Amino acid sequence: MTETTPRLAGFTDAVARYDPVIGLETHVELGTRSKMFCGCPAVFGAAPNTQVCPVCLGLPGSLPVTNAAAIEYTIRIGLALNCSIARWCRFARKNYFYPDMPKNFQISQYDEPLCTDGWLDVTVHAEDAPPRQVRVEIERVHLEEDTGKSQHVGGSTGRIHGAEYSLVDYNRAGIPLVEIVTKPVAGTGELAPEAARAYVTELRDLLRALGVSGVRMERGELRCDVNVSLSPKGSDRWGLRTETKNVNSLRSVERAVRYEIERQTAVLDAGQRVTQETRHFQEASGTTTAGRSKEEAQDYRYFPEPDLVPIAPAPEWVERLRASLPELPSARRARLQAQWQLSDLDMAALANAGALDLVAETVAAGATPADARKWWLGELRQRANTAGIELAELAVTPAQVARVSALVASGALNDKLARQVLDGVLAGEGSPDEVVAARGLAVVSDDAALLAAVDQAIADNPDVAGKIRSGKIAAVGVLVGAVIKATRGQADAARVRELILERLS
Amino acid sequence: MTADLTSLTAAELAAAVAAGEVSATEVARAHLDKIAAVDGRVRAFLHVSADVALAAARAVDARRAAGEPLGPLAGVPVAVKDVYTTADMPTTCGSRILDGWLPPYESTVTRRLRGAGAIPLGKTNMDEFAMGSSTENSAFGPSRNPWDLARVPGGSSGGSSAAVAAFEAPLAIGTDTGGSIRQPAAVCGIVGAKPTYGGSSRYGVVAFASSLDTPGPLARTVLDAALLHEAMSGHDPCDSTSIDAPVPPVVAAARQADVAGLRVGVVTELGGEGYQPGVLSRFGEAVELLESLGAKVVEVSCPHFAYALPAYYLIAPSECSSNLARFDGMRYGLRAGDDGTRSAEEVMSLTRGEGFGAEVKRRIMLGTYALSSGYYDAYYGKAQQVRTLVIHDFEAAFEQADVLVSPATPTTAFRIGERADDPMAMYLADLCTIPSNLAGNAALSVPCGLAPDDGLPVGLQVMAPVLGDDRMYRVAAAVEAALVTRWGHPLLAQAPELTSAAAEARSASDD
Repeated sequence: MTETTPRLAGFTDAVARYDPVIGLETHVELGTRSKMFCGCPAVFGAAPNTQVCPVCLGLPGSLPVTNAAAIEYTIRIGLALNCSIARWCRFARKNYFYPDMPKNFQISQYDEPLCTDGWLDVTVHAEDAPPRQVRVEIERVHLEEDTGKSQHVGGSTGRIHGAEYSLVDYNRAGIPLVEIVTKPVAGTGELAPEAARAYVTELRDLLRALGVSGVRMERGELRCDVNVSLSPKGSDRWGLRTETKNVNSLRSVERAVRYEIERQTAVLDAGQRVTQETRHFQEASGTTTAGRSKEEAQDYRYFPEPDLVPIAPAPEWVERLRASLPELPSARRARLQAQWQLSDLDMAALANAGALDLVAETVAAGATPADARKWWLGELRQRANTAGIELAELAVTPAQVARVSALVASGALNDKLARQVLDGVLAGEGSPDEVVAARGLAVVSDDAALLAAVDQAIADNPDVAGKIRSGKIAAVGVLVGAVIKATRGQADAARVRELILERLS
Repeated sequence: MTADLTSLTAAELAAAVAAGEVSATEVARAHLDKIAAVDGRVRAFLHVSADVALAAARAVDARRAAGEPLGPLAGVPVAVKDVYTTADMPTTCGSRILDGWLPPYESTVTRRLRGAGAIPLGKTNMDEFAMGSSTENSAFGPSRNPWDLARVPGGSSGGSSAAVAAFEAPLAIGTDTGGSIRQPAAVCGIVGAKPTYGGSSRYGVVAFASSLDTPGPLARTVLDAALLHEAMSGHDPCDSTSIDAPVPPVVAAARQADVAGLRVGVVTELGGEGYQPGVLSRFGEAVELLESLGAKVVEVSCPHFAYALPAYYLIAPSECSSNLARFDGMRYGLRAGDDGTRSAEEVMSLTRGEGFGAEVKRRIMLGTYALSSGYYDAYYGKAQQVRTLVIHDFEAAFEQADVLVSPATPTTAFRIGERADDPMAMYLADLCTIPSNLAGNAALSVPCGLAPDDGLPVGLQVMAPVLGDDRMYRVAAAVEAALVTRWGHPLLAQAPELTSAAAEARSASDD
């Protein structure tokens, strides 16, 4: 398949002339114990085709039975996304042939989704601009079963065409999958890529808070399809959209939107029309390539699934679920911001650094909010940046940071020693207390030992001592420095200063 | 006693085994011998499993010897339509695409029957994937009607009806999607019942049309059908459409056999033009008989039944087009064209082209079309509306009557080949039975005599409301008792002797 790709337009130029409209379809594998329609374990990483039974293999004669937990999870998601919950709805069969689909139809929902018409507020952060609130409207949340997983061996593309043979693992077949579809989001302008990323991030955090999915994108537990269209500035007519499939990291979501804006602008600039089509995201190059066009789109022949009875969630049950929702990320952020007395910008900085949970856990482990922020946004962020990893990936736990903070507060460590303790923890030398012990890093708080060093410093610097005696207190720093040096940094500077002043008073 | 064992009813066999008058092994052997003697001509079975049958029989005998409690059907042989998955016998659904497939799991119904002590004899022939009314659509050739080997035994459960009518088995199970139990039972002169939809589990029944498929019993007497009905039915958590309610007391009803004071509704729309005169005359006599037995006969109108057949031929093919999509050669069954150069898509296409017969392909195409974007509302959607109207007709009719009656089929058994090239004529065989599939209510067919014009069996259909299955057994048992008294023998006593030279001669002269 060849495609004449016009040269890309520059992003700044593109968004100066076109308003991007974005839309996201997100698939979430639910973390239920068993699959959607049978009792097989819904687990990741088992040996191929070991987590299967007649039902999820779609063997002749087998019948599906709905997993009640999956219905409950989906309703919880709908409620958290401010959706209406259907009083009565049905599953539908989506018919198409593909070897990784055991029945050659997927049990899904069509015109009767479980949840409809909700919204999710997201905060879009961009460099050089204040944070911006965007309300993403949710069109629907529905429940379906996942397919098996194909692996195409041989050939250059990794796709079925050109492959020498294909392997299919049905362990994933029948795992409950929730699809969350947004309405088109217009008006984000040059922030469209960041807005798309912010939405997926917020959704991921929300799903995590609900405890309904592992939401690990690298495991395919959260997968995104990204829709992009352009409308000329000032026009209210939207262009034809492309749907970029399987964009499977936060960064890729942002890149895919950016690339499609640049590509579609170039297509329009060249006087061509954007083709309504499915596109594939190329992780390595950050580009998208053409897939199926609308003309080739399949007729899925949806009809109500006759093997299942309708879902009719009792309104009282739905209200109980609503009442039992956990604190959601946005509410939690507002609460923490108030508790920690942070400005919007400070809060944004925490969120941007991915430090919110870490700080919250550090505070929960006993540190003051100020100290927790100081360590995570200062010393630790620097180390993460140096290592090129996320804060959360550092080999130090919030509890350990809280312990270091406590040691400083008690005077057992000073900041310089504390940094050395963190060095030890990050190097895998053990807990903060173990590192302190092993490296002998405790502040010298034995006055007798300190007094000897103080007396030595006074004796070594008679001039300075004289100045202090005559009232020039500012000169005490020289003597404090000498004592710290003599104790190899392990003296508490404040105590040393007190002792010097006592001696010379 | 062995010589007579195959002529006994299931109730008699169960009692004899329980009393130790005969062993389950003797019963099983007698039926296997009968099969060996006559099935070459009847061709009811696709697979006879002597080992499975004898092992199950020995287990029953061992339980009895050990003084352990026996199930209600202990030692009673049963023939199993080849649409039920059985872990120790192949399941082909009469299709090349599943030729030789040994399922890794057991259907709920056969599991229950084994639990009740029934002895599975083997798997019976059927129209491919239960699509047909004659067994002529079986990829393995048609079964024969024991009343006349040149005629069809009905279908799709024609192997089961033929096996029971030929005394190869006292009991058989079938499935009824548009009449596939009642119609073959009627034309073979036996009893066949379609329970209330959801009353018997579909788990392990290879689906034709999910919203219509109903497993049910075939037997030579009403009581035997009720015994099998009760043993195979009941709630199954593996089937979401299974009804979580007690099985209606069908055995008690069959023993009650009393219609005094019962209101019997004759459905105006199921009769008249297009029906064989001999069928209508026997049906009229059956209604008179019911009246003489104390029933109040009323006439009821079900105006939308006229649209039931076309609605059925949209709904059933639509569901089948989706249900049969899984047969693609990727995981089990036939695989065609896999020569190492063809794509998966091509292999799927070749497999389906080679594996499915003409009628199955016809219905898959009909259903695919009916569900297509732009046609859905006009076809599938409209058919579902008709279905609702048929349900309303039944509801109104059951306000006026406790049961409804009609001929089970418009004609008696037709000749093999007579309708094979005329699908519309074939579809008419289910004219009277389809409404109950659309509405999901219970219905059965009970023999009511031989048509005077051709001497072949006629079935009386008795329809009861949803979960009112017991009512139809009461009525059918009363009719059966009265007719056996009138005739002095059961209807099947008039069937030709299959092992005799006469049957051969009769068969030869018909061909």
